[in-house]
Amino acid sequence: MEESLKQKFIKTVEEFTGMTGIYLPDDVEARLREMAEQETIANAKTMYDCMLKDLSLAKELHRPLCQDTGVIQYFVEVGTEFPYQAEIPEILVTAARNATLNTPLRPNVVEPLGEHNTGDNTGYGAPYIEYELVPGSSDLRLRMYMAGGGCSLPGRSKVLMPLEGVEGVKKFVYQTILDWGVNACPPLCVGIGLGTCAATSAMLSKKALLRPIGTHSSYPEVAKLEDEIREGLNSLGIAPLGFGGSQTVLGVNIEAAAHHPATLGVGISTGCWATRRGDMIIHADLTSEILSHRKSLEV
Amino acid sequence: MKKVLTTPISYEQIKDLKIGDTVYLTGMLATCRDSGHRRVVKDKIMPEKIDLKEGAIFHAGPIVGKDENGKQYMVSIGPTTSRRMEAAEADFIEQTGVRLIIGKGGMMEKTTEACKKFGAIHCAFPGGCAVVAAQEVEEISDVEWMDFGMPEALWIMKVKEFGPLIVSIDTQGNNLFENNKKIFKERMDKLI
Repeated sequence: MEESLKQKFIKTVEEFTGMTGIYLPDDVEARLREMAEQETIANAKTMYDCMLKDLSLAKELHRPLCQDTGVIQYFVEVGTEFPYQAEIPEILVTAARNATLNTPLRPNVVEPLGEHNTGDNTGYGAPYIEYELVPGSSDLRLRMYMAGGGCSLPGRSKVLMPLEGVEGVKKFVYQTILDWGVNACPPLCVGIGLGTCAATSAMLSKKALLRPIGTHSSYPEVAKLEDEIREGLNSLGIAPLGFGGSQTVLGVNIEAAAHHPATLGVGISTGCWATRRGDMIIHADLTSEILSHRKSLEV
Repeated sequence: MKKVLTTPISYEQIKDLKIGDTVYLTGMLATCRDSGHRRVVKDKIMPEKIDLKEGAIFHAGPIVGKDENGKQYMVSIGPTTSRRMEAAEADFIEQTGVRLIIGKGGMMEKTTEACKKFGAIHCAFPGGCAVVAAQEVEEISDVEWMDFGMPEALWIMKVKEFGPLIVSIDTQGNNLFENNKKIFKERMDKLI
């Protein structure tokens, strides 16, 4: 790969990564504004006002809207015809480092067990990168997520007995949000995974979290469960920020996979009111488009 | 009218505050999170550049930038989960004499008891509102324990009308988030 092309590739990912720390994706911001509008409790309204003020200040001053810019996670869908496949890992790591130093993002990453801070959000296994192949495509689809501390804490997965059924799934989700939701900065984005084992259920919950708010599972019964859990969680009235209000969540997404008849795996991943995720396409000629922030990037 | 606490914070300033009240802070504020609490409580090492007696700490790990003159400033600083410090906070209050603990979400029984016994309060700053908070920091006056890295170091700041701070634990043993949790649980029990 030519050096100038490589630099362009790095710059594109770097700017996308830094931008994601400053602006909320369109779906999250729109839903947050809608919830602020719908809120009727006075103290809760004050909290929403503070969040919306924070969003405008971040845009105006070009600063990360939350100091916890998380651990950077990239989810990459690589077209089998994309020409620069071998360079992707190095480019993502360099872009994460540059975005950290230049935006600046908070250098969060500490080495495993030693707890030494590496200073630039790169390290052994950081940024976190996951690859998927897309046969026949010449594009690279890059989704990134900033995994903050507070909103990662509620994450867990468990294998239920099949007889516990849908009620068992709901109970697990409600209990988890009751125990940990307050500290995860609600209103929350809730991702739920349903699978065979603890690991696949957890992975599916993350995939669910990456899906925009307001979208539904294409599997009708799962889509129905998304609505039921959303209504159930909202009736707890935990948001904003655990002070108590009329609702709890920005949205509930579920990703399910056909599973073993003897197990019912359920995973949960949560994002805060400031869920920062980005979605972009990089074409073979390295031109690119950002899908997640069309509205927020309009000036 | 805004109720503003100023450091050093006398017991008089906080004794009548009740959970749910909104206050602001003017004066000196130091960040202190997991590693800082460990150092004070376990290693018995006190910070050297600030006296926390009648002072205020903030459970927070900031993003710090440098301006064109090389002076450090707060880019973004919001609260972190206070509950992580629960195991150490009661001893921290006793050893330092700190009066105001600011963080995110609530704290639990041991901290509530210590607040009552030693005359301190815990307040929650709206989580995630980190640029709002950074704009209320007048300057970074010092830093120590940089060996922990940027998020965990002890940053000493001059703040002006820093808030809104919602009293979550008062000096009378009341705990806002524990009360809320009971309400949320009752609602959940109706669902399942």
